[in-house]
Amino acid sequence: MSTTIPMSITVDGERHDLAVDPRTTLLDALRERLRVTTAKKGCDHGQCGACTVLLDGRRVLSCLTLAVAKDGSHVVTADGLATDDGLHPVTEAFLAYDAYQCGFCTPGQICSAVGAIDEARRGMPSAVTADLTGEVTLDRTEIAERMSGNLCRCAAYVNIVSAVEDAAHGTAPRSSTLEAQA
Amino acid sequence: MKPFTYARPAVASEAVTTLAADPDARFLAGGTNLLDHLKLGVVEPSQLVDVSRVTGTAIEELADGGLRIDAGVPNSDLAADARVRERYPAVAAAILAGASGQLRNMASTGGNLLQRTRCAYFADPTTPCTKRDLSQGCSARGGWARYHAVLGTAADGCIATHPSDLAVALVALDAQVQVLGPDGARTIPIGEFHRLPGDDPTRDTVLAHGDLVTAVDLPATTPAVRNSTYRKVRDRASYAFALVSAAVALEVADGTVVDVRIALGGVAHKPWRATTAEATLRGRPATDDEFRAAIAAELDAAAPVDSPLGGNAFKIPLVTGTVVSTLRALAGGAA
Amino acid sequence: MTTMDARSMGASVRRIEGPDKVTGTATYAGDTVADGTLVLHPVQATVARGEITAIDTAVAEALPGVVAVLTHRDAPTLGDTGDPEHRVLQGTTIHHRGQFVAAVLAEHAEVAAEAAGLVVVTVDEAPSTTGFDPDGEAYAPSALANGQPADSGAGDPDAALAAAPVVVRASYATPMEHHNPMEPHTTTATWVDGRLEVFEATQGVESSRQTLATLFDVEVVVHASHVGGGFGSKGLHAGTVLAVLAARTVPGRPVRFALGRRQMFEAVGYRPATLQHLSLGASHDGRLEVVAHDVVGATARYKEFVEPAGGSTRSMYAAPHRRTSHRAVPLDLDGPTYMRGPGEAPGSFGLECAMDELAVALDLDPIELRVRNEPEVHPENGLPFSSRGLVECLRTGAERFGWSSWDRAPRRRLVDGWWHGVGVGCGTFPTLRFPGSTAEITFTGGRYVVAIGAADIGQGARTVLTQIAADALGVDVTAIAVEIGSTQVPVGSIAGGSAGTASWGSTVVEAADRFRDKYGENPDDGDHADAATPDNPWAGEYAMAAYVAQFAEVAVHADTGEIRVPRLLGMFGVGRILNPTLGRSQLQGGMVWGLSMALHEESVVDPRFGEVINHDFAGYHVASNADVRRVEAEWIDEDDPYVNPMGAKGIGEIGIVGVAAAIANAAYHATGVRVRSLPITCDDFLTSGLLSP
Ligand SMILES: Cc1cc2nc3c(=O)[nH]c(=O)nc-3n(C[C@H](O)[C@H](O)[C@H](O)COP(=O)(O)OP(=O)(O)OC[C@H]3O[C@@H](n4cnc5c(N)ncnc54)[C@H](O)[C@@H]3O)c2cc1C
Ligand code: SF4
Ligand code: FES
Ligand code: FES
Repeated sequence: MSTTIPMSITVDGERHDLAVDPRTTLLDALRERLRVTTAKKGCDHGQCGACTVLLDGRRVLSCLTLAVAKDGSHVVTADGLATDDGLHPVTEAFLAYDAYQCGFCTPGQICSAVGAIDEARRGMPSAVTADLTGEVTLDRTEIAERMSGNLCRCAAYVNIVSAVEDAAHGTAPRSSTLEAQA
Repeated sequence: MKPFTYARPAVASEAVTTLAADPDARFLAGGTNLLDHLKLGVVEPSQLVDVSRVTGTAIEELADGGLRIDAGVPNSDLAADARVRERYPAVAAAILAGASGQLRNMASTGGNLLQRTRCAYFADPTTPCTKRDLSQGCSARGGWARYHAVLGTAADGCIATHPSDLAVALVALDAQVQVLGPDGARTIPIGEFHRLPGDDPTRDTVLAHGDLVTAVDLPATTPAVRNSTYRKVRDRASYAFALVSAAVALEVADGTVVDVRIALGGVAHKPWRATTAEATLRGRPATDDEFRAAIAAELDAAAPVDSPLGGNAFKIPLVTGTVVSTLRALAGGAA
Repeated sequence: MTTMDARSMGASVRRIEGPDKVTGTATYAGDTVADGTLVLHPVQATVARGEITAIDTAVAEALPGVVAVLTHRDAPTLGDTGDPEHRVLQGTTIHHRGQFVAAVLAEHAEVAAEAAGLVVVTVDEAPSTTGFDPDGEAYAPSALANGQPADSGAGDPDAALAAAPVVVRASYATPMEHHNPMEPHTTTATWVDGRLEVFEATQGVESSRQTLATLFDVEVVVHASHVGGGFGSKGLHAGTVLAVLAARTVPGRPVRFALGRRQMFEAVGYRPATLQHLSLGASHDGRLEVVAHDVVGATARYKEFVEPAGGSTRSMYAAPHRRTSHRAVPLDLDGPTYMRGPGEAPGSFGLECAMDELAVALDLDPIELRVRNEPEVHPENGLPFSSRGLVECLRTGAERFGWSSWDRAPRRRLVDGWWHGVGVGCGTFPTLRFPGSTAEITFTGGRYVVAIGAADIGQGARTVLTQIAADALGVDVTAIAVEIGSTQVPVGSIAGGSAGTASWGSTVVEAADRFRDKYGENPDDGDHADAATPDNPWAGEYAMAAYVAQFAEVAVHADTGEIRVPRLLGMFGVGRILNPTLGRSQLQGGMVWGLSMALHEESVVDPRFGEVINHDFAGYHVASNADVRRVEAEWIDEDDPYVNPMGAKGIGEIGIVGVAAAIANAAYHATGVRVRSLPITCDDFLTSGLLSP
C-alpha cells in the first residue's frame, strides 16, 4: 500500500476532505470512498462514458482521472444537477422521453448531455458540423455525434437524442406528457 | 497497478528535472492514455509528474503569422478556437474526428501526440509484443491485424499504427514541436517527431526521457491549408479509431493542382506524409484519374499483412478511395 | 376466448423507478454501501487448457491491505448444480482461458488488483482448440440449448432440391458475440450467522438463490432491485461463486466483486459462432418446395450449449420438403449462453438472406415471395397459429416504408457519393410462459401490494406489472405497489425468453382473481391472496409466436465502402402492447442490437492465446449513438386470446430478429455486393471491385 495524499473535493455541493492512494481514480474515490455511487463504472478505461461527471463545469470521464490530480475541484454528478426549482431540464427530458431502460448508463448520459449542450451554446463545433466557421445548430445529427461518447447497450439512443433535443431548445415536455406514475 | 508517487511541479523546468532524475517516472497530462495503460499494466512507473499545471493553456499568434499552441491546451479548446477553425480547418476537423466529447475535454495537445498505439496485443501484457519488450515477437503478425500498418514496416517487425488524428493533420501542415529537455529547449519538425519502428519499436518518437513538449507551432496558413480537411474512415460512425484517415490540403487554379498536402493516418507507425503522391500531383490536372494515379504511386511500397484473423490488404483500396474522394471534394466536386 | 379488458394496460405509464434512475440514485448490485466492504480481484488462467501444478500466494499475502488469498487448496467442496461453470476452485484443471484460479480479498480495489498480479500460478499447459473451424471435428448434439431436437425434417429434401426448378444454395457466417450489458456482472455478498445475503446483478433472484443454496448448503437471500441490462448473460456465473467463496472466509464483512470489462469476455458467456448452409428450392412461381437449414456452430468442450440457429426455420415458411440440422464444434473456451434472440438472431440472418437471394433468382419481389409461402398451420407440428401477423406486418410495413417506390434492380441509386438500397428480413420468436412463479397480493393502507420475485433489467417489469395488476384488480395504477427483485418476496421466474411479462403477468392476474373472489371489491386491511403461475390451457392446441417484418435502408460509400443505416422500420405482430412508450423503447433497442450485429459486433478469438483479443469497448464495437439514425418500431393491432390473459406476446427479443438480414439484403440492393458473413464492413465492398461508379 503506498502512502496516501490528503486532498479535498466538492461533490454535488458538499465538500469532502480525504486522503487517497495516488492510484485512486476520481471514479473510485467517488464510489468507494465518498459513497457517491451515482457515477457508474462500465469499463474503467474511457470507452463507455458511464462514469461521466461534470468537473469544474466540463464533462469528463472520472475513470481516467486521478483523484489526487483534482485536489480542490468541483464535481457534479447526475444527482447534483437538481436545484431548488426541481429536476434539471435534461433530467426531466430523459424522464419524459423514456431515454433510458436499465438506467445504468443514464447518470453518465445526463451529465454528458448537460456538458454537450453547454459546449454547443459556446459555439464549439463537432465532427458533423458542416461549416466549421459557422454557427452550431443542435439538430439530431449533431446531438447523436456529441453524445456518442456514451454507449447505451439498451440502445435508448433514439429517445436520448429526442430528450437532448428538447432540453437544448427549452421545449422539453415535463413528465406530465406521460401519465405520471403512482 | 504498482504503487507510484505523485508530484506536481510548479514550473516546466522542475518537471523536466524531476523526470530526468528518475528513469521510471512519467509525465501525466490529461491521463486519458496513461491511466488506461497503468491499469492494464502496460507501463509501471515509479512516479507520475503531473504537468497539467505547467504546460500552459494558451493559443497565441506568432510573428510569422502562425499560431503557438501550448501543450496543455485541451483538445476540445484547440478544435473550438476560431483562428484554428478558420486558418487550419484540417486541425480542427482531425481533433473532432477523434475520441469523444469527454475525452477531448481531458486530453492535452502534448499528450495527444504522445499517446501510444492501440494495437490490442500491445495493450495485453499476457501476449508477446516487440514494442513493449524488445526480446519478444510481434503478436499482431498472424493475429488480429485489421488496424495495422501497410507502409514503413520491416519484415517481422512491429506493424502498429500511430492512433492520433491530430498528429496526422499537424504532419500535413508542417507544424513544429517545441520541446524542453534536460539540456534546454529545442524545436523538432513534426515530420521528424514520430518514428518508424526500425530496430527499436519501443520508441514512438525521437524524444528522450525527460523531454517535455511545451508547445506546437503552426506555420502561417496558405491557400491550400485554408482549403484543408480531415477525413477519417472507421468501423463505427463515431468514438472509434481510424482504419484509415487523411489530412488533405489542396489549392487548384484553372483546373490544375497548385499546392497539395496529404498525410495519412492508420497506415504506418507514424503519421505518413504522402510526399510521393504530392509530388506526382503538383502541376497536374485536378481529376479523379490524376488523384488515383498519385495515390497509387504512394502505395507502390505498401506491404499489407495477411492473417487468418483478418489482414489489412483492404487498406490499399481504402486509402485510395479516401484520398481520391477527399481531393475531389476539396477540388469542388462531390465527396 | 377473450383477452382481459384494458384500462391501464395500453397506456404509456412512466417507468416507476424513473426518478431514481435519472438521478443515479437507483442502487445496482455494486452500489450498496456498507462499512468494511472488502474488494475481490480474481487471478485468471492465461492458458486455455492445462493443469495447475503450483500456486504461490506468499508475496500477495504479505502486501499490506490484503485480507486473504483464495485458491483451490483451501476451497470447500461445493454442492453439485450440474453446471461445470459453478465448480469454482474445485480442482487443478483449466478448461478455458480466463477461468478463475485464485482470488485476492483486500481492503481497497487498488491493493486487490496489485496483489492479484503477484500471485504466481504454475501451469502444465495442454494443447487446445479455441478457433472456430466449421470443417473441424463436430458432433451431433442430443438437443439444442432450448431443449428442442437437433434435427428435424419432412419429405425428401435432397431429392426435392435436385428436382426443384430454381435453387439457391449459400452459406452464411455469424461470429462469436458478447452481450456486454453496460453494468458489469457484480456481486456484493455477506455471510453472517450461517446465512448468505447477496446483492446480485441477475436476471432471476430465485434461480440465483437456488444455485447458491445448492452450492453452499446455506440459507440464501438474493436482492436485485435494479439490474443494468442482462440480455441473457446475467444468469449465475463463476464470478458470483467466487465472491461467495470469499465472503464465507470473512463472516460479517461484505465482499464485492465487480467484473472488469475484459473479464466479461471470458467469464459470463457469449453467442457462439455459426456457419449456416441454406438450400432453398422453389417452383418458377415462387412456391417453396424445399427448405434446408444445416447449422454448424461452436460450443464449449466443458459445457455444451448449442445455439438453435435453425430453430425458427421450422416454423417460418411452408414447404413440403424440409430439414434443419445442428452440429457442434467443441472449443476450449468458456461456455456460450443465451444472448438476445438465441437461435433466432443468427438463424434469421441465414434464412432471410437466402430468401432474398431466392427472390433475386426468381425475379420476384422479396415481400411477395414471403407472402406466397405463408403457412396455413405450423409447417412441422401441424398446430394452428394462435395468431400470426407476418403477412400483415409485411404489407403495412412496406406501405409505411415506401417500399414500392424503389426499383427492385440493384445498384440504381447513387446519392451524393453513396449507393442507397432497401431490404427486408423477417423473424419470429416463440411466445412462452415459464411455470413456477407465485404472486401475492395484500391490501394495506388503501393500496394493493403486489409481490413477486420478478427482475427489472430495463425491460420495465416493475411498471408493466403495475399496469397488469391495476387492470386485473380493476383499480387505478396509483392503488398498486409492486414489490419485485428479491427472494424476500414470493418466487418469480427469470427475466428471459421474452417470457417475463407473460409469466409474472399471468400469475398476477390469477392472484388478483383469487383476491377478488375471496374479498370482493371492498377488502379489509391485511387481506391477502396468492397464486402460482397457471398453466396455459391452450399450450398444446396452438402454435404461439411473435412475428416481425424488418425494413432497412442502407447507404454504402462509393469510394470507401463505409456502410450506414439511415433508416430502420420494424413492423411487429406481438399481441397487445401493454405500454406503448416502454414497448417501443424495448423494440427499438432490439432493432439497434440488430444493426449492431449487422455492422459492428464480432469477438475475435486468437487461437494462439485462446482469448478474445478485442476484449474491450474500443475493440469490440457496439453501436454508438451516431450509428443510429431513424429507427421506428410500429405494430399491427393483434388480439390474441390464447397466449395469456393480457394478450401480450413477449417483446424483449423479437426486435433484433431479422434486422441483420434486412441490412445485408439492403446492402446488396444498394451495391450488387452480396455479403454473407457478419459483421458487414467496408472491406466487404472494397474488395468486391464493384464500388466506384
Ligand atoms: C476510448 C478512447 C478513444 C480514443 N479515440 C481517439 C481517437 O479516435 N483519435 C485520437 O487521436 N485519440 C483518441 N484517443 C486518445 C486520446 O486522444 C489520447 O489519450 C489523449 O490525446 C492523450 O492526451 P492526455 O493529455 O490525456 O495524455 P496522457 O494520458 O496524460 O499522456 C499520454 C502520454 O504522453 C506523455 N505526455 C503527456 N504530456 C506530455 C508532454 N507535454 N510532454 C511529453 N510527454 C507527455 C505521458 O507521459 C504519456 O506517456 C482515445 C482515447 C480513448 C480512451
Ligand atoms: S504490432 Fe507492434 S505493438 Fe502490436 S504486437 Fe506487434 S510489436 Fe506489439
Ligand atoms: S467507466 Fe469510464 S468510460 Fe467507461
Ligand atoms: S439504459 Fe441500459 S445501458 Fe443505457
